[in-house]
Amino acid sequence: MLLVIWTVVSLVTLLIELVPGDPATVILGETATREQIENFNLKHGLDRPAFFFSYTSESGLKWNGGENRYADYWIGLLHGDLGTSFRTDRPVRDMIFERYPATIKLAAAAMLIAIAIAIPLGVVAGTHKNKFIDNVASFVALLGISLPTFVVGPFLVYLFAVQMRIFSPTGSAHPEDIVLPAVTLGAALSAILTRMVRSSVIEELGEDYVRTARAKGLSERMVVYKHVLKNGLIPVVTILGLQLGVLLAGSIITERIFNWQGLGLLLLEDGIGKRDYRLVQGCVLVISVTFIVANSLTDLVYRRLDPRIRVG
Amino acid sequence: MNRLTYIGIAIAAVVVLAAIFASVIATHDYNAQDLLLRYASPSSDHWFGTDALGRDVFSRVVWGARISLEVGITVVTVSTVIGTVLGAIAGFYGGLVDKILAGYVFNVFLAFPGLLLAIALVAFLGTGLGKLILALCVIGWVGYARVMRGQVLKIREYDYVQAARALGASNMRILFTHILPNAIQPLIVQASLGMAGAVLSEASLSFLGLGVPSVPSWGTMIEEARGFDVLYNSPHVLLFPSLAIALTVLAFNFLGDGLREYLDPKQRAR
Repeated sequence: MLLVIWTVVSLVTLLIELVPGDPATVILGETATREQIENFNLKHGLDRPAFFFSYTSESGLKWNGGENRYADYWIGLLHGDLGTSFRTDRPVRDMIFERYPATIKLAAAAMLIAIAIAIPLGVVAGTHKNKFIDNVASFVALLGISLPTFVVGPFLVYLFAVQMRIFSPTGSAHPEDIVLPAVTLGAALSAILTRMVRSSVIEELGEDYVRTARAKGLSERMVVYKHVLKNGLIPVVTILGLQLGVLLAGSIITERIFNWQGLGLLLLEDGIGKRDYRLVQGCVLVISVTFIVANSLTDLVYRRLDPRIRVG
Repeated sequence: MNRLTYIGIAIAAVVVLAAIFASVIATHDYNAQDLLLRYASPSSDHWFGTDALGRDVFSRVVWGARISLEVGITVVTVSTVIGTVLGAIAGFYGGLVDKILAGYVFNVFLAFPGLLLAIALVAFLGTGLGKLILALCVIGWVGYARVMRGQVLKIREYDYVQAARALGASNMRILFTHILPNAIQPLIVQASLGMAGAVLSEASLSFLGLGVPSVPSWGTMIEEARGFDVLYNSPHVLLFPSLAIALTVLAFNFLGDGLREYLDPKQRAR
């Protein structure tokens, strides 16, 4: 995992080299004087070579030594420093962590909603396999997977903010303002989870312990909710972890729709919109690392939940 | 195949036809503005109404099919080829090669959440058709590689592969004439679902303003139409591109699900 994190950070670090032309000119504009550009490059370390070695057709492979941007970024990172914003001159770290809680709140709310919808729906579908109610649930689930966030979001706004006027269309001023964004973000996840729970329940219902439970006279309700669900939820936990990445990426779109002041909006408006490349790097880095860490945690939880894996 | 699969095929066919014959089907020039006729409701002249600049929504939706499929087909083709080759190599050679490819390279690409890497790439590279396709391929290939690796790992142990080896067939011959043709089925399913994913990604990036500039994309149209007053006064501007993207993605998902059942005899027998 550490190797993967190292590579991800390295890739993000080197992303800035992809900018066509010179970042200083892009930021300061064509009218900037040579002196302004030099000052800007000096301030953000852009005057230093990009990597430990460089290759040009004239001079071939050239060793640049330890004084390079790649090393700079790592040294900063290890000191908890994500660099200084190209636009606002504020530390990128502060800008990101002002917005971080809003995104996590949104993702957590979306996950809760998804679970609250998916478990009952999946259980009903799974226990009524191939009956009418299962077909309906499966169809709704497929619909949920296919409807993109940016279709669900405006549709919900239209329905609940424009027509019924229950919620306000954008912003995060009131506590209930989280409902629409969270449902929007959680819709696809709840659909995926429903399918997971359904197939999991169907599989578990065929196990021997279910026959035992039924034979000892437990009601069907007890069998399903006490025994089947307990085992059936294990694979669902894994999916939850893996889907967190989709949720984090989806929150970029959701935040845009609802003007939710989270990390995604920071990335889009202040980062990409204003070509603040240092800020973009920071956002991509923080979102990716959050995802990797969450995934590893899921793995741990999964191992604890399923004794068969713990032994193996 | 079940009914949903046929529905999927039918919708996909309509989208493909719209994309190919966009210039014939579109009733207006997709960029022609008529500022006196902004936000017009659907009528016999403008079937889907007009948008903020008085442009014909129907024509824009039809042309939107072209960019969607252009990006989708290219991304799926390129990703499938790259994924198949790398997945097959990892599965076939195993050992250190597999450790490096599957244990490391695949995991790095899986470590970026969803669209984020594509967003980042376009943000740094700039917008454009080629760059958009490149970004989507970078995030797309690893899915195919994983499926392919799993398939090859399974198939290379089969008796007929061992028999071919015993007869002295070269690695290349075993891989290309014996393993690949038998490993291709799940890849077809993956490609169909991947098509839905690529179309969705293109629309998402366009929605975020990172798509191909100055072509009518469904994502861009939704972005332009989601303002509060537009929703209030003329929701049709939002409705039609939303329907188009939703139906297209749904169609390819139906198709993928149907193919999966059709190609897997175990599920079919049920």
